[in-house]
Amino acid sequence: MLEQITILGGLDKSGHPEKIQRIEAAAGEVLAVAGPTGSGKTQLISDIEQHAEYETLTGRRVLINNQLVNKSKDKRHLRYLIAQVSQNMNFVIDMSIEEFLTMHAQVRSIHDPGNTIMKVLEITNHLSGEPVTFSTNLTQLSGGQSRALMVADVALISNAPVVLIDEIENAGIDRLQALEILTGQGKIVLVVSHDPTLMLMAEQRIIMKNGGMEKVCRTTQEERKVLADLTRVEKKMAGLRDYLRKGYSIGQDTDLND
Amino acid sequence: MLYSFKFCGSVMVDANIKKRVILMRFVIVAGTPSSGKTSVMVHTIRHLLKNGLVVAACKIDCLQTSDDVKYSRLGIPVAVGLSDYICPDHFYVSNLEEVELWAREQNADVLVLETAGLCHRCAPAVHDCLSVCVIDNLIGIDTPKKVGPMLGTADIVVITKGDIVSQAEREVFRHKVEMENPQARILDINGLTGQGVLALKNEIIDSKELGSITGKELKNSMPAAICSYCAGETMIGQSHQMGLVKKVDFRRGMDA
Ligand SMILES: Nc1nc2c(ncn2[C@@H]2O[C@H](COP(=O)(O)OP(=O)(O)OP(=O)(O)O)[C@@H](O)[C@H]2O)c(=O)[nH]1
Ligand SMILES: Nc1ncnc2c1ncn2[C@@H]1O[C@H](COP(=O)(O)OP(=O)(O)OP(=O)(O)O)[C@@H](O)[C@H]1O
Ligand SMILES: [Mg+2]
Ligand SMILES: [Mg+2]
Repeated sequence: MLEQITILGGLDKSGHPEKIQRIEAAAGEVLAVAGPTGSGKTQLISDIEQHAEYETLTGRRVLINNQLVNKSKDKRHLRYLIAQVSQNMNFVIDMSIEEFLTMHAQVRSIHDPGNTIMKVLEITNHLSGEPVTFSTNLTQLSGGQSRALMVADVALISNAPVVLIDEIENAGIDRLQALEILTGQGKIVLVVSHDPTLMLMAEQRIIMKNGGMEKVCRTTQEERKVLADLTRVEKKMAGLRDYLRKGYSIGQDTDLND
Repeated sequence: MLYSFKFCGSVMVDANIKKRVILMRFVIVAGTPSSGKTSVMVHTIRHLLKNGLVVAACKIDCLQTSDDVKYSRLGIPVAVGLSDYICPDHFYVSNLEEVELWAREQNADVLVLETAGLCHRCAPAVHDCLSVCVIDNLIGIDTPKKVGPMLGTADIVVITKGDIVSQAEREVFRHKVEMENPQARILDINGLTGQGVLALKNEIIDSKELGSITGKELKNSMPAAICSYCAGETMIGQSHQMGLVKKVDFRRGMDA
């Protein structure tokens, strides 16, 4: 089983060796990837997705359980190791949620498909706004609903041990819950994010600069306290968002904290 | 004149051709229209050039193409063959020797031949050439079955446009492709960024070099096309139909 992935550094955009030459992540860990626009965050995710072995732009290598993966001929054993959710992805298949999830569950040989797809639907509705049903067509889903379904599906059906997430904070879903659902399954999760709460939820954050891994920060005790504060504020914001979205007015309708 | 080949780049007959002949890899790229064949190959060729190989590209199409412009930007010799009123796949087979000769005259180590891929009945794969089939995640999950022999005879299947569909759809699509062609190596490639093309480059470098295409065999026969319409007939009706004519069987599937 997959217990650990290791990223071995390569070259930054100027062709200099990256400052960070080795990063490890163990099952159940969250790594954040942060840095200015264009600094190479997506490229790092893409190196991991390809199990890079010197051959990408960056010359990085990715080890799985401390070994280079054997890519020689048959890469088939690698195909379900890594799953990705990014903000550019959409559902394009013209099918109902139920039909499609059933098909996906079959492809992934899920033991109890009926039950599993029920749970996927539950999580989807937990993460997004207006509920969807089994008979909803995939192509009718809103952006937020699609992303919610993708997260739920990645968590329970794709069930890859490594999940790569590229900027889902703008996706209109409860991103903290989404992250909790994914890590709850013992997965290694890499989140590319500009969002301080997500960065601090990770055990480590990789700071990118000029295409290279510049620095790795472990979340400190003090930062955890800040995270607790941020989470509290987030909860309040979420409550307020919900309240206003439902059409209530502060001071006139039911109490905000109900 | 039946067809015209447009040669870009200088045609020079090298005295050493015989020596180099042994070294050319013949890569046939097929796939559904707009699946990303050119995008993928342009990225791949860029890497082949970095390795110091000489690459020549040829595009076979029906009425028109702008793929030659994209290949020419790489600074490599490019040829275009337009089949015009002839079936582009038949045209393709009957010109394989000519295309090969042209590429050898360019001293090519690798010849990339991109086909039109219009009809799902044909499969351009030739034994001992490296055949690559490019299909994209957007064509629908039932299409791998419909594409049939073009997919089934490929040595390598490239799946593009995974950047814009969900993980779940990618997995289902890939599964459907595997069902159609269990032997092929399947590569996920992003035609826009070139993510994943290095695996394809390595496959090309590792592929067998071809002595000569003459005498090699198509993996799958082309469909018969010798009716009056092949010869330019435009009128509708049985009295205008000659040669090999097949009719719809309306009882199909009604028995049993
Ligand atoms: N999003 C996305 N777009 C792609 C990808 N690959 C190719 N495209 C786009 O798809 C369109 C068609 O790409 P081409 O490379 O011209 O396709 P082709 O198969 O050579 O097309 P024909 O030769 O005309 O049949 C272009 O607009 C590409 O930019 C991909 O992986 N992702
Ligand atoms: N080490 C590197 N060497 C060469 N090119 C690189 C390197 N790292 C990244 N690049 C290139 O730099 C460009 C920008 O990188 P990338 O898209 O990963 O940035 P990003 O941090 O994700 O930006 P954004 O926040 O806008 O999404 C890309 O074209 C990428 O391929
Ligand atoms: Mg990015
Ligand atoms: Mg093309």
